Amino acid sequence: MTVEDEILAITLRSLVISGAAALVAMAIGLPIGVVLGLRRFRGRDTLTGLFRGLMSLPTVALGLLLYLAFSRNGPLGFLRLLYTPMALIIGQALLVLPIMVSITTETVENVSPSIRDLALTLGADEREAVFSVMRESLGGIVLAFSASFSRAISELGVALMVGGNLQGLTRVLTTSIALETTRGEIVLGLSLTVILLTLMISFNLILNAAERRVRWWLWE
Amino acid sequence: MTVIGSVAAYYYLAYAARRQVVYIGTTTSLYDTGLLDRLGADYEGREPGVTIAFISAGTGIAIEHAKNGDVDALLVHSPDLEHQFMAEGYGVNRKIFAYNFFVIVGPEEDPAQVNGTTPDEALQRIAAYGQASGQAVWVSRDDMSGTNQKEKALWAETGLDYDTLRQEPWFVSSGSGMGATLRVASEQRLYTLSDIGTFLKYEAEGLIQLADLVENDERLINVYSAIAVNRTRIQHVNFEGAMRFITYLVSEEAQNIIAEYGQDTLGRPLFNPAVSVLVSGGDSEVASWIRSYAFFEYQGTLYECPPPWRVGDYGLYS
Repeated sequence: MTVEDEILAITLRSLVISGAAALVAMAIGLPIGVVLGLRRFRGRDTLTGLFRGLMSLPTVALGLLLYLAFSRNGPLGFLRLLYTPMALIIGQALLVLPIMVSITTETVENVSPSIRDLALTLGADEREAVFSVMRESLGGIVLAFSASFSRAISELGVALMVGGNLQGLTRVLTTSIALETTRGEIVLGLSLTVILLTLMISFNLILNAAERRVRWWLWE
Repeated sequence: MTVIGSVAAYYYLAYAARRQVVYIGTTTSLYDTGLLDRLGADYEGREPGVTIAFISAGTGIAIEHAKNGDVDALLVHSPDLEHQFMAEGYGVNRKIFAYNFFVIVGPEEDPAQVNGTTPDEALQRIAAYGQASGQAVWVSRDDMSGTNQKEKALWAETGLDYDTLRQEPWFVSSGSGMGATLRVASEQRLYTLSDIGTFLKYEAEGLIQLADLVENDERLINVYSAIAVNRTRIQHVNFEGAMRFITYLVSEEAQNIIAEYGQDTLGRPLFNPAVSVLVSGGDSEVASWIRSYAFFEYQGTLYECPPPWRVGDYGLYS
């Protein structure tokens, strides 16, 4: 395998793993964020504060906790997940879940209650009202997904601790950058950094364009 | 998008799961040279369907991984920790596969004047210079790595206590890997102990400005061994996979790769193959250094792996 093939494989692996992690986080975090944004209940403020606090969880600390859980002697060792791409997806999804929840909550909360009340006065039922709030929150939800994906693809601690930086298996862009830096291959490390940044900027440009399309479609 | 993502993830994971993986815990100083990738690729070419997965960490954490059953074999360079690991029943079938020498490196102007002295003398001069000047003079990795263990042993041989020295102002703890520590030494004009591989690589890349001051001394010998994780102590380990890889490591093909590695890129080999030294020229000077440094005593005789810690017959010991 040439260096170019290797870099391509690592880049695709990063996209697949972190993309899957962000999608998993969205599938779980979006409903939580919408509920927290729309409903008022006891303990709500505690929950939103908790999720915001968890945004600062150091990646290496989460990596350590997950290592202890996934280790063959650990409580989840029987799953044999350690040093697999699946462990990385789970770890990164957990890492970015607080971001997904917090940004969604904040967005939905800021749209509501006016839009929801308006929809309800115009004769919409509760479900339609929630849909109109979601529609108004689109920009914030897209930002939540983008921020989650960015954090997932740029983190190092979880990938090193539960992925192990295995060549051909769990080696992703950030662990490669770290490895090439310790190996003294500075140019290669910098090239990988440029790849990561170019990818993420392109991704966000495409996401913005897509968002405009969807917005146009939703209002037509 | 979700559908595409999950389908891609599924195929990717299914592909990854089909291969048989042998997990090898190893030390950063060995992995960062690139030697293991070369050996792993060669081995995978010989055994299709097998993936050799190197988990690169300091010797301390690598041994923790092995005790938790997260790796199938270890490639490490700390005889004391290895002996403890095997005595606790975690490891079997130890085989010494390579050696090289640590070097004491430092600023080219060499303020403590250690160039060409023995390690013992050099460390005493560095400590005396540090205590007299009160400025930072020595940087230690201080991370329980194999290199750090060696450093502690060297300080102990000079009659100085590492844990006391650590508290003194001239003694800096970097708490990081060999490459990062060499860079600290280069930037701050400090002395340090390094493995030869990382030092040569960083020097060739122009990343550090340090001189190689003390080398090729018996006390600086650095011996790398392979140990299989004991399957009767830790269930689930891929013992046969680990033993096949260890058998490969001591084969002539692998030993030749070790002997030549670094010659083309750095102008000199980074490692010396150990198997032929210990077998045929068993009475050479280096062989006796390896014996006294890295062999374990059992009932009055020195062994690279004492008989009670050998399992099965893989033709490793003759």
